[in-house]
Amino acid sequence: MSKSLPSWRELPIGAVILQPGSTVRYKTHEWRTLRPVINQDKCIRCRLCWAYCPEGTILELDKPYTTKAGKVYNITYEVNYDYCKGCGVCAYECPVKAIEMVPEVR
Amino acid sequence: MKHKVPLSGNSAVAYAVKAMDVDVVSAYPITPQTTIVEKIAEFVANGELDAKVIHVESEHSALSAAVGASATGARIFTASSSQGIALMYEIMFIASSMRLPIVMTIATRALSAPINIWNDHSDFMAVSDTGWVMMMAENNQEAHDDVVLAYRIAEDPRVLLPVATALDGFFMTHTIEPIEVISREEGLEFAPKKKTWYTLDPDNPVTMGALGDPNWYFEFKKQQYEALKNSRTVFDEAVKEFEKKFGRSYGPVEYFGNEDAEVVLVAMGHVSGNIKAFIEKTSAGNVGLLRVKLYRPFPEDLIVKHLENAEIVGVIDRALVPGSPYGGPLYSDVIVTLSKNNLSKKVVDFIAGLGGRPVTLGHIKNIVEKLEELKLKPQKDLPKEPLFVGVRE
Repeated sequence: MSKSLPSWRELPIGAVILQPGSTVRYKTHEWRTLRPVINQDKCIRCRLCWAYCPEGTILELDKPYTTKAGKVYNITYEVNYDYCKGCGVCAYECPVKAIEMVPEVR
Repeated sequence: MKHKVPLSGNSAVAYAVKAMDVDVVSAYPITPQTTIVEKIAEFVANGELDAKVIHVESEHSALSAAVGASATGARIFTASSSQGIALMYEIMFIASSMRLPIVMTIATRALSAPINIWNDHSDFMAVSDTGWVMMMAENNQEAHDDVVLAYRIAEDPRVLLPVATALDGFFMTHTIEPIEVISREEGLEFAPKKKTWYTLDPDNPVTMGALGDPNWYFEFKKQQYEALKNSRTVFDEAVKEFEKKFGRSYGPVEYFGNEDAEVVLVAMGHVSGNIKAFIEKTSAGNVGLLRVKLYRPFPEDLIVKHLENAEIVGVIDRALVPGSPYGGPLYSDVIVTLSKNNLSKKVVDFIAGLGGRPVTLGHIKNIVEKLEELKLKPQKDLPKEPLFVGVRE
């Protein structure tokens, strides 16, 4: 990896970052040991996981979903796995235990 | 000759800050530094200096505010002593790593406990590994001139590091000497205000002080290491031009006495004046003084040059590192420098003048006599521990 990164001579002095918004390129999912998996059939679309996520990685998508029991939802919650650090706040707060923290196996 | 005015060391520093047209001064009072910023506040109140004085709640905040203000491209000054320097420790690393050209004056003072407001070099030496350019003056004129030199060095695009200047608490800070004061016009001609570093600017947004993970941190440390090393060239250029402009000559070190003296003392700060007086008074042709002015980066080449012909070297340390294999920090620097250059030299460490105990001509006489005696002994018989000068047994 270090081969493709710039040498100390090429870097801006004082570790200043000259491009705004560069944090987007920092995929914090590398920290994750547990991955939240949402059970779309159990989920009641209450939005609490979306509200509690400290990283804004719960996505509220305009994606209709029909549960096995036949209930129709206009929205679906999914996880942005690029930035989710696996803290588990969503699973802890979910009132219907629809989110399971599954160990990452790489 | 230029007109001279009687000034205390602290006033001399404050006048230099005025000459540098500093924009922001953030400081917290502590003896013996306080009268530096008091004097600056007076200049600002009188309209003699257009600067913002920030009254902060601690030294940690004083240097933090300096970091923030420097990041906007302003010219910054702060000053402290002893416990205040200790409280700044954390931010000192941040200032040097962020490569902000802050200038700070350390009015050197002992560290507690016991509480002691008097002079030694404990505070200065405790921050010698924080990545700052560091220099120490011997008299008030030099303390004044050092501040002007400091801005020139700090803001040079080849350096961009904070610079600490130092003067001995009370022995210099509160002692009055005749000073040739540098004017604002002269000062700004020597060290013009230019934004040579990355600054916070809404039109060109940048991020400062961000996370540097294991893929990035190491490169910035190497960058910083090189910058501090290279600041020596800039220092040499600066003192050369300073001499041309102001007629006063400085170097990273100053040698006093016969070049071929067998006994050479190494010292820093005002004590050097007493050693010079001893050499003059006793016409001790056999004794030389090597005064270290630039402490970081350590002037290894000149240490070698002036010590290689000495029979025996006595280092006078005004700070103590208990438990270390060396005792005094200056001794450690000298020993490492000589060893790196394959010079096997008799070097003896003397711990002197801690907590404001004066280092008198009598003490210096004792040190020189001890060195004359040890000079005749084989190297293996030299003391393995530092010798404490004037401590009651």
